[in-house]
Amino acid sequence: MPSSFKISRRGLITGAAVAGSGALLSGCDAFDSVADRSSGLRGFLEGAGNGLSYRIQRALIGNHSMAQEFSESEIRQPMRPNGVTRPDDQTYLGLAANGFADYRLQIAGLVEKPASFSLSELMAMPARTQVTRHDCVEGWSCIARWTGVPLGHVLDQAGVKREARYAVFYCLDTIERGLSGEVKYYESIDLVDARHPQTILAYGMNGQRLPVENGAPLRLRVERQLGYKMAKYVGRIELVDALSPIALGKGGYWEDRGYEWYAGI
Amino acid sequence: MADTLASPAADGPDTKPAGRPLVYRQALATRITHWLWAASLFFLLLSGLQIFNAHPALYIGDQSGFGFDNAVLEIGARRLPDGTPQGFTSLFGAEFDTTGVLGLSGGERLQVRGFPAWATIPSFQDLATGRVVHFFFAWVLVATLLCWLGFSIANGHLRRDLAPGAADLRALPRDVADHARLRFRHRREYNTLQKLSYFGVLFVLLPLMIATGLSMSPGFNSAAPWLPELFGGRQTARTIHFAAMLLLVAFFVVHIAMVLAAGPLNELRSIVTGWYRTDPPAADETKE
Repeated sequence: MPSSFKISRRGLITGAAVAGSGALLSGCDAFDSVADRSSGLRGFLEGAGNGLSYRIQRALIGNHSMAQEFSESEIRQPMRPNGVTRPDDQTYLGLAANGFADYRLQIAGLVEKPASFSLSELMAMPARTQVTRHDCVEGWSCIARWTGVPLGHVLDQAGVKREARYAVFYCLDTIERGLSGEVKYYESIDLVDARHPQTILAYGMNGQRLPVENGAPLRLRVERQLGYKMAKYVGRIELVDALSPIALGKGGYWEDRGYEWYAGI
Repeated sequence: MADTLASPAADGPDTKPAGRPLVYRQALATRITHWLWAASLFFLLLSGLQIFNAHPALYIGDQSGFGFDNAVLEIGARRLPDGTPQGFTSLFGAEFDTTGVLGLSGGERLQVRGFPAWATIPSFQDLATGRVVHFFFAWVLVATLLCWLGFSIANGHLRRDLAPGAADLRALPRDVADHARLRFRHRREYNTLQKLSYFGVLFVLLPLMIATGLSMSPGFNSAAPWLPELFGGRQTARTIHFAAMLLLVAFFVVHIAMVLAAGPLNELRSIVTGWYRTDPPAADETKE
């Protein structure tokens, strides 16, 4: 090897070592810019990572794979409530005061005939009960028994138009009170998940009526995704063909704050 | 034999090359995948600790015990009777005061958090960003592993350099003794402990990381409910994911220590340029 090659090689090695140790010594705030929701790098990482996860999972697991169901004996504790657990909105408190007798679930948007259903009407529809594991994005899991009406059945009552691609859930609870006003919880899923047999609008939990802290009178169960997809206190479902016009455009309260829309991972 | 072994100080690239041939040791595919792993494991570790901080506890079984106790590790903070805040770590029921590092950290402005700011990406609490970074580099890791496997089968690296054979295992006691005395033979071939540790990382730890990671995905669980059950439930899989992380960190520490002890410039050169300066042939009594 000519000696000039050796010198440049050594320079390269030394340079790499210095750069590497510099990155380590400067600590991890060196990478804090990736937290900036509007940065191009963030958009790239999110688009590449989450986009791949969504496409590959949908291709791999198919539209009909079923989430694992457990035996009754696996229910070993009360369902852990998370997020908003005591909505203090006047409308909600009024509905709760008489046991949600005046509650009506609205179905609107890209449907043949907009409809609304009372809780007793929903409870008279075909029901499904499933013991499933709730996985929170934070990392914990909790097994509970859920009873409700399959979302697909409810959607069929209103007749989903061909151009609809997503179901958006507008909730009765205010999750954020900021300078820009109040934000009520909202979420969305695609129609593949909306029509999945385990996707139910639950009004019962562990053999009792759904408690307020777990989303009474009606919450969504999307068993192949994480907990934040399973909107509580659902008041209105709107069928849409795009998520971009909704709020900040990412399809949900947490999605608009940087979480993935597809939460199957 | 001992006096013919190169001492760590004598093998910088400017050592007189006479009798110490430069050999082409690392193929381009090996070098590129090595650095892709280094980068992706760095980001996976720090974003993984960010994700862990969202719920700094580990459990055994399918679910996390809130109404019962199945935790094996818990990191938290509390206030002692005299009012001073304390960070604690509870491991299999034994409690340790870990103020300043685990549970409570941040110097002047103490914060309640599992792992400290210097160990997470981003430095502040931001689960969403931790997940974005983690899953991006998880894909990089998987893609790198698949590319590496293809190249290493095709160019013989796997069979020739990595798979431990009977001769390697026979040489194990002597190799352990040599490492313990920090005596290294600089040959084109990996020694037995190198083969075993690289093989273990590539064929045991990294696949275990991917499998336990997938076990935490509710989507993937619906396609393969047997996978989390194989590990004893989703929360056990999460615990194993964490334990395998500790083993990978331990591998990294030993790996760097060995590079430093064996001659960092020569070792770095071989994994950057491919060229490695070996001991004089006479020093190597094994068959070539």
